[in-house]
Amino acid sequence: MITIDSAETDEAPLRRPTPPSSIRGRLTSTILGFGTLAIATCVLAPLVGTTSISLTRALDPSIPFDQNVDAQIFFVARLPRVLAGALVGSALATAGVVFQAMLRNPLATPFTLGVSAGASLGAMLVIIFGGALALGPLSTVPAASLAGAAAATAVVYWLATRHGHAISTSVLLLAGVTLNSFLSAIIMFVQYLADFAQIYRAARWIMGDLDIGGYDALIASLPLVVAAFALFALLPSSLNLLSVGKDAAAARGVDVPRAQRLAFFSASLATSAAVSLAGPIGFIGIVVPHLVRLLVGVDHRIVLPASALFGAAFLVACDVLARTILAPVEVPVGIVTAMIGGPFFLWLLVRKS
Amino acid sequence: MFLVADRISYTYNRRTSVDAVSALRDVSVRIGRGSFTGLIGPNGCGKTTLLKMLAGVLSPDSGSVSLEGRALRTMSRRHVARRIAVVPQETHPAFEYTVLEMALMGRHPHLGPFQLEGPSDLAIAHESLTATGTSHLAERSYMSLSGGEKQRVVIASALTQSPEVLLLDEPTASLDLGYQLEIGLLLQRLNRERSATLVMATHDLNLAASLCDTLVLMRNGRVLASGSTSEVLTSATVRQLYDVEADVRVHELAGHLTVVPLGRLS
Repeated sequence: MITIDSAETDEAPLRRPTPPSSIRGRLTSTILGFGTLAIATCVLAPLVGTTSISLTRALDPSIPFDQNVDAQIFFVARLPRVLAGALVGSALATAGVVFQAMLRNPLATPFTLGVSAGASLGAMLVIIFGGALALGPLSTVPAASLAGAAAATAVVYWLATRHGHAISTSVLLLAGVTLNSFLSAIIMFVQYLADFAQIYRAARWIMGDLDIGGYDALIASLPLVVAAFALFALLPSSLNLLSVGKDAAAARGVDVPRAQRLAFFSASLATSAAVSLAGPIGFIGIVVPHLVRLLVGVDHRIVLPASALFGAAFLVACDVLARTILAPVEVPVGIVTAMIGGPFFLWLLVRKS
Repeated sequence: MFLVADRISYTYNRRTSVDAVSALRDVSVRIGRGSFTGLIGPNGCGKTTLLKMLAGVLSPDSGSVSLEGRALRTMSRRHVARRIAVVPQETHPAFEYTVLEMALMGRHPHLGPFQLEGPSDLAIAHESLTATGTSHLAERSYMSLSGGEKQRVVIASALTQSPEVLLLDEPTASLDLGYQLEIGLLLQRLNRERSATLVMATHDLNLAASLCDTLVLMRNGRVLASGSTSEVLTSATVRQLYDVEADVRVHELAGHLTVVPLGRLS
């Protein structure tokens, strides 16, 4: 075993730079900080709206629920939407982190590999040709967009693994980008065949909207997001090494093909669940990870949980803006995130070069 | 023997057959514990591929690589990485990791899937940084370092793995003369004082002659000759390897073989 004591013997006793707080300490403080932010945002967001309500009255157990208007507005009208925002924001932000590390590309987003285009095509087909199909508790649009996302994921994966059992990240990127434009063309063609009312619905879906109208859709998406997050928990230290390089990761003991598969499918699952619930809400998957890295550094063991919590807070806050900025008109939240995310993305590019 | 490659062959893109490249053909290498072996040969002769095989990062199409008699392919990646570390030619992380974070990644094979590094891991990382003279850079961003500093940090990260074998792929290729000497001295110290087993692929014949006790000469994916440096490194083998006429002799002051190229054979 190669063990080494100080080679700079003249420097003894060993003068170490002030030790940075341990990873455990950083992780705890990060989770506490971002966790508090996420919970506070989710509690405060339902209080904001055209009708102002009081939190103490909404949570007052002495008033029966059917007589407590504040509680009804809080729990029935607004909370599902806030929780959807938290779930979607969390899923897209973490999927962004995973894709960026796995593709070794800080500018990758959850939508780079065509998952969202597949989901959108699925949703478009049902909105325009589906009529009034019903599928148990699930509305058919989310189910169809999930199917579309799964199909796109399968195609990209097949292309990237054709020449061996390990994923080729360069093929993955190229195939994803190409599939994105190809599917967008089909989406335009499908929309061309539709009438005005259908096009309006389709366009609203593509803008991204958290107005899910109740808890059912949320509950349907929850298991998918939970499953994706459970897989994410296996990833962080492998993501650190994958982002340094495939060979470096393998030489440090990472089973690279397995880690890549795990990263690709878990991030695709999280993206599919988020998009099928709320449409392709852009820029969360890139703005949040980069903001988080500016705040807590680049170690994925911290960035991943921090992005999950901050992504939730960020999208919920954006949705509050979307609901209030032109009140009583509600702007689709996808427009707000793009208005914030677009300039941020450009600033990031300029700063890099 | 400690680390043995037994009649290994490897072809890149074997499945596509269109641009298949045979990188190694029936190569056997035996590396003794505590030795310092140099892999020498022209570009594309299979040095890097052989290193990847010895690290278990790639598996040979035929033949086997074994460490103390145990085939690498029967061991998990994590298990192999606890004993064999690799220093690649260049390392370009996608994010701005600090030097300490880069070094600590070497602890990966020693930690469980949900285990965070503890004080002893941190101590090992600091020891490695000190041994490579980079402890003062610990909080700096890896990407902001000079080429020589980067290479020393990557070596520190490999040392943090606490390996028995260190495989180096042209560790001095992009470094100036001063850094080349510095890295050379560091490797020599690791080999002599800590009895580390080192294998280094290099184009620098003089560096190899000054550091390595054993050389493996490769050409076109085959081993041309292997043995002790003084026996194997001759003007005849240099001619065979590179088609270059060279003067090979022991330098009086340096005390080791030196190679002075005189001209290329047409």
